Order: sequence, then structure tokens, then C-alpha cells
Amino acid sequence: MRSANTYMPYPMRIDAIIDEAPGVRTFTLKFMNNADAEEFSFKAGQFGEYSLFGEGEATFCIASSPTRQGYIECTFRQAGRVTSALARQEVGSVLGFRGPYGNIFPLEEWYGRNILFVAGGIALPPLRSVIWNVLDLRDRFKDVTVLYGARSVADLVYKHELKEWGTRSDMRLVTTVDPGGETAEWQGKVGFVPTVLETLAPGPENTVALVCGPPVMIKYTFPVLEQLGFTADQIYTTLENRMKCGVGKCGRCNVGPVYVCKDGPVFSYRELQSLPAEY
Amino acid sequence: MSALQVQAGELLASGKAEVVIGYGEGTRGRVRPVFVRTRADVSLLVFDGRCTANLTVYLAKPEVGRMGKAAIVATPGAVRSLIQLIAEHQVDPGEVVVLAADDDAVTLLTDPAALEAYAAAHPVTIPPEAKAVTESLARMSAQERRAFWDAELSRCFKCYACRSACALCYCTRCITDMNQPQWVCVAPHALGVMEWHLNRAMHMAGRCVQCGSCTSACPAGIPIGLLAMEASRSVEKEFGAQAGLRCDAPPALSSFAADDRESFIL
Amino acid sequence: MSTHHGVLSHQNLLKLLSGITAGGMELYAPRKTGQKVFFDHITDVREIAFDPLPTTESPKALLFPRVERLLSFARDGESMRVDDRCADLMPRRVLFGTRPCDAVALQRLAEFFADGIEDMFVGKRREQLVVISLSCAVADADCFCTSAGSGPGDGTGSDILLTASGGERYDMEVLTDRGREVLATFAGLWDEGSPADTSGYLAVVEPLPALAGFGAKLAGAFASTVWKDASLRCLGCGACAYVCPLCSCFDIEDEGTPSKGSRLRCWDSCGFSLFTLHTSGHNPRPTQTERWRQRVMHKFSYMPARFGHAGCVGCGRCSRACPADMNLREQITMLDAGIALQSAP
Repeated sequence: MRSANTYMPYPMRIDAIIDEAPGVRTFTLKFMNNADAEEFSFKAGQFGEYSLFGEGEATFCIASSPTRQGYIECTFRQAGRVTSALARQEVGSVLGFRGPYGNIFPLEEWYGRNILFVAGGIALPPLRSVIWNVLDLRDRFKDVTVLYGARSVADLVYKHELKEWGTRSDMRLVTTVDPGGETAEWQGKVGFVPTVLETLAPGPENTVALVCGPPVMIKYTFPVLEQLGFTADQIYTTLENRMKCGVGKCGRCNVGPVYVCKDGPVFSYRELQSLPAEY
Repeated sequence: MSALQVQAGELLASGKAEVVIGYGEGTRGRVRPVFVRTRADVSLLVFDGRCTANLTVYLAKPEVGRMGKAAIVATPGAVRSLIQLIAEHQVDPGEVVVLAADDDAVTLLTDPAALEAYAAAHPVTIPPEAKAVTESLARMSAQERRAFWDAELSRCFKCYACRSACALCYCTRCITDMNQPQWVCVAPHALGVMEWHLNRAMHMAGRCVQCGSCTSACPAGIPIGLLAMEASRSVEKEFGAQAGLRCDAPPALSSFAADDRESFIL
Repeated sequence: MSTHHGVLSHQNLLKLLSGITAGGMELYAPRKTGQKVFFDHITDVREIAFDPLPTTESPKALLFPRVERLLSFARDGESMRVDDRCADLMPRRVLFGTRPCDAVALQRLAEFFADGIEDMFVGKRREQLVVISLSCAVADADCFCTSAGSGPGDGTGSDILLTASGGERYDMEVLTDRGREVLATFAGLWDEGSPADTSGYLAVVEPLPALAGFGAKLAGAFASTVWKDASLRCLGCGACAYVCPLCSCFDIEDEGTPSKGSRLRCWDSCGFSLFTLHTSGHNPRPTQTERWRQRVMHKFSYMPARFGHAGCVGCGRCSRACPADMNLREQITMLDAGIALQSAP
């Protein structure tokens, strides 16, 4: 039975590690207790607190799709105390996981619609969960387009999956790197995400746009979408405020009347417009 | 108009200062820091025995820095901390105009030599309560002193008012906030509190100008300044160095002289 | 239950409190240290301070301690033993000498921690806490409880409320079953009473008119320029947050080694520059202007929007504790006027 202690993590074992990009790794995590695995479920958009005893907890989204059961994946960049310690772990190491927390992308409301994903750099993981979710339920959605950019070719994450998405006939993948970040072999586009989006010019009709990326990318992408005719209700993103508790108590992620951990992290652009820009 | 108000007004009118950081009337009979930017507002400035907080702490605040060249109403303690800040290359001499206030007299100090002369002539007064505690601590055994501090520090909840009120705690990231590695326990339990205050005392040793701001800022009434004061006294005894007297003297514990006493080397 | 009334002498109150400690329940009450008064574990009732004003630190630590262990871990061969403390039963505690504003705050604090995914630590402590409050006969210039949804004789959040009614005697209101249970053991110490009008014994609290409608005004004042000047002298310490009975922000930190240690929760404050700092260096609230605005907005706009009441009970502790005289009463009045001026056509 789940502990009454809100802060008690599930023990999980690292089943696989993939080096995605410099300093960026993906862990595949499996529950150590069958009972935990059975009671656990989540939806795309949710996140958790990943921890190492003696080091602390770090907040990342669940990067795998809820349609793939029995494990979860997380992708993180080594930066602070906890992520540095996580990066030292090996296959077989045990981590703690609390979650799932937060709200979800309302996928069921989007059945029958076109889905446009726009992602930048290390912010692909939250969208990757949705992308696989959508692809696994492919017949429920119309056109699926993914635009993904990073600073350089090396900084692109999920390279093996990008290859797969690029060859699938039931979706369109456009990758781009910032000018100067290309290599001799680079087949994708060169240019910033908002600029590439402008030339792609996806139509707003019956379409939902999911945008995740660094603040500067978001800042320039929203106006492009608006120019293309997307309304604020058709655009979704996730906020990445600092968090500790994940359950709306510690106060760190408070923005206006919302707690990002509890009321987010998924927000429509419309909702975002009513919040103070403290993220 | 008081002499202070007149001088402040002239500084603002002549453009020699764009903001005067001084004391004004606060609530409940207290004084508080005020930031005077126009000549019309100099009437807000007061100076009397209630004005003890060290205003030089505001020089490190970015919002205050953006207000332009500052003049600062300084007690003898604040003059010393400014000298110390200059010695530690945190403030450029000439960057700040000082209105040194002591009882009724106001002295305009604009260069290091004037600051040093003023500091030499105006000793910092240690409040009688602090003196009394210091004397009683001196009579205690080490064990009794430990018990005294354990009891006092049990009230510390790590609000860091001591650090925030200290002009010489200017680090953008304090050692207690570093976590790679975590030098000091974050938690306000007995060990974490002791670690924090001993760290601060050691960092203040030979730098503390004994202005008393940390003690007055403490909401729990802990005479916390005594630790840094005592540490500074040791530095003075060992190296003959006193903080806040010379603009060109680096802190004793972060500098080296060939004839330094080495009694601490075992 | 319906309120039960009684009368109790000061001497018998002390006997009752002594009886509580003798009976094995932990007693917490105000105790004086130097010029400051703190809620402390009391074993000798002669140590209780009957100061008329609120204590320096609020009683929130009885529900939400400065630091507490959320779990502990120890490596045991190949596996990790994790103690989640669920088996720990919080002891029954009696908190005496809270002021009505404190008791209201304890109730709001417990509600906050119970909202959504419940925090068992605070919840269990609240279940075990018996609150015996003293009505206020005196208020000072920093108090504004009557404008913040409480008052000097408010029984909300208390199990028993005592009002000094002259002649070393208290009118007693037993407000909950928990209060009645505690009293049952001490039947001989108090007399039955009838509902009495205690209003003559209560402090007159200066109203804070600006607080009416303040939340609504704040909702449109995020981008106002009033915050910069208002926060200029704020030093960025956590004194206000830590003495506040309703500030509940915290940090979670691990202590020890990967083989043995604890996960701790400690008080934190939105006034600290590091509170929202990202590892990347980005800080959504880069200066004290944004941080002071957050404190005021959170208490008077965001909390009311979410919970129907402010994150403030008007106890005045922050105003008394602030080393830079950021007086909350005055701030509210000034911000209210400043915002009104700016939004005027």
C-alpha cells in the first residue's frame, strides 16, 4: 500500500541509460515493487520528483508515453547537485520517484484534430511523451507534425527516435539547428525554430499547437503562431518553474493564483496570458 | 532645516549625489532607511540616537545602485564599514559621498583620507548591553560559554536577518547557500545553526567593524554580533589589525606579511 | 457541539495547566527570553509568560516545525531501508496562550496543508493539538486582526477560549469536543457558567480600512510601479516570513550520505533571492521588488482567490520583527492608495 507520507518515493531501478546529447541523459526506470507498478498510472504532461538518497530531489517530466506501461523514462541535463549525482548512476542503480504530479495535456479533447508539436533543445522530453501517446493512438488524430530544433546537431535529443519519426509516413518531422550548429552531413534545416515555423506555415484550422522550449524560443514562437491564425486557446505549453514538493505546498512554483506543480505544468496560451510573467 | 538636511539638499541640487540614503521617521517611534532623490524630500531626513542601523548595506542592492550616485548618512560604524568595503574593492573611493553624522555634527567626507581621519577620531560605541554580555562571557568557563550559545542559538530559525543587515556580507552567493558541495547544513537544527554562525564569525574575523547591525536585526534577540566581534578581537590581538580604519589595508586573514605571528601553526 | 461556558480563576488555570503536564500531555506556552517571548515546551507553569501581546514567533511550529524529518534512509547490505515515519504517532499536545489571531492562523494553516494531496505531518499534528487561547485585552499599533477576518475575542480555531474578566478570573468558552475532553479531567477547578458578554474586556483594535477591497485592487496591480519604492528598504531576509503564523513555504533537503541520512523539510521564504533561482541562472523574481510584491500578492490576492481568506491574520508580528521597518499596516495603506492613484482615469 502507498505510504500515507506524501514525500515517500517509490523505489525504481535504472533499466537503461541513453546518452542523448552532451550532458543530457535518458533513464528508463522500472518499479522495484510489483504493487507499485500496478497502482501507478499517469498521463502525458505529468511530472515527478526523482531522487537519490543523500543528494536530494529533482523535478523532471515523465518523458515516456502513458501508452507504454511498466516503466517510465526521464531525460535530464546535468546541471545542479542532484542532476550531477544522477548522472553518475549506472544501470541497476536505485532511484526514488514521487509522482505523477500536475495536470495533463487534454488529449481526449483533441481527438479528430491536427496536432502540431514545436520543441526546442532539452524541452522535447515533455512533448515526446505526447508524441508517442498520439502515435500509439494514431487513428484518433488527423495530421501530426513535429518541428524540433536545437542549438547544434549534437544538442538534438532522442536522435534514434528522430530517425524513426523522419521515416514514418503517418507524420511529418522537421528538424532544424541554429545557424552555425550544422555539420557537413546535416540533412535538416538551418535556422531558429520560430523562423522555420514561419516558412512551414501550418494552418490553424482544427489544429492544436504544443510548444515547449527555452523561454526565448517560446517568446518568439507564440507571435508566429498568432500570425498564422492560431488563437490563444489552440496553443499549449508547459511551465518549468522551480519546484520542491510537487504537491502545491512549498510555494516555490507559485505564479499568480496558481501553483505550477498542481494547476500546471500544462497551460494554454490563453491561461498564460492571465498569469503574471513570473516564470 | 537641520545641518544634515541642508547638506543633503546641496548634494542633490549640485548633482554630486542623485540619491541620499539616510534615516527617516518610521512607525512606532522607530527610524527607518529612506532614499531621498529630490531636494524637496530632504525634510524626511532625521538623525538622532535612534539611528544606529548601518545604511552602507544598501550600496550592494542593485535597485539602489540603479538610482545613480549615492550619498550616505553614516554613523561611525558605517564609516568604518565603508572604509572596509573600499579596502575589499567592493566600493570605489569617490563612488560614494558620506555625510558622517555623530550627535549634532555632520561632516562631509569625499575621499579615503577624510574617511580614515574621521574613523580614527570617532570610535564605535558598543552598547552597554553588549558590553555587559561580553564581560559576563569573559568570566565563564568554556563549558558555560558553550551552554550560553547553545541556548541563544536555539532560537535561531535562520532567517538570515544578520547576514542581510550586514554591510560586509556582500557575497552574491553566500557559502551557506552553496550546495556543490554543501558546506553548511541548510536546516535550522542545532548543528546547522551552529555551522552557519561559526562560518559567518570566521568570515567576519578581522572584517567586522562592530556596527551592531546584525544584533539589532535579529528578530529572536540573539546577541549574534558578539561572535564576529570576538573573532575580530582575536585577529587584532594576533595581527594588530583592526577593520575599517584604512582604505588600503586588505583583511588581515586574507593577506600575508612576512612578520605575521605564526602562533596558530601547531 | 454547542459552546459550553464556565468560569475559572487564574490560580486554578495554573493548576489545570500543571495537571496537564503531570498527566503526561506536552504543554506548550509562551515563555520569556530577554525581551522576546516564544512558545516553548513548559514543564513548570511558573515559566509561562502572560504578556498581553502576541509572542515574537508565531505558534505555527507546533504544526509546521522549522525543520522536520520527512523520511530517513539507511543502507542495509544491498537494499535501502527507508523509514517513512508513518508509524510515528504524534503526541497529544496542549498549546496554551495563543491569541485569537494565532488560533485562526493555525486553522488556516492546517486547511492549506490539507488542500489537494494532504500533508500528513501537519494533519496529524493538528489532530493531536488542543488549543487554549486567551482573548486579547490589549492591542498595539501593528495589530489589525479585526480587519483581517478575526478579532480579539474570536474563538475560531481554538478548543477553549479564556477571556480575563477582572479579578484574576476568566470567562471560559469550551468550543470543541477536544476542549471538553481535556477539561473533563479537571472538573473541580472550574465552575459552570452561562454565556457572558465579554466585549467589555476585549482590546480595541485600530481598523485597517485599506484592507477592504485590497485583494481586488491587487489583482490588477501586478505591473504597477508602486512595488519598487515600497520595497526599496527591504533587506531580503526571512524575518517576516519566519515569525508569520501563515507563511508556509519550505525547502526539502537531504542530509547525510547516500548510505545513511534524512530528507528534511525546512522553512523557506519567498523573500530570499535563491527561492526561485533556476540552476540555469534564470530567476523569475530577480530583485527584491518582485519578491516583496510576491509576498504581498500571495497573502492578499492569491490566497483569497484560492482559499477565500487572506494569508494574514493581522497579528503584526512581521511589522515588529522587520529590521528595516517594513510595516505591513502602513504598506497596505500606502500600496492601496498608490494603486488607486495609478489606476485612476
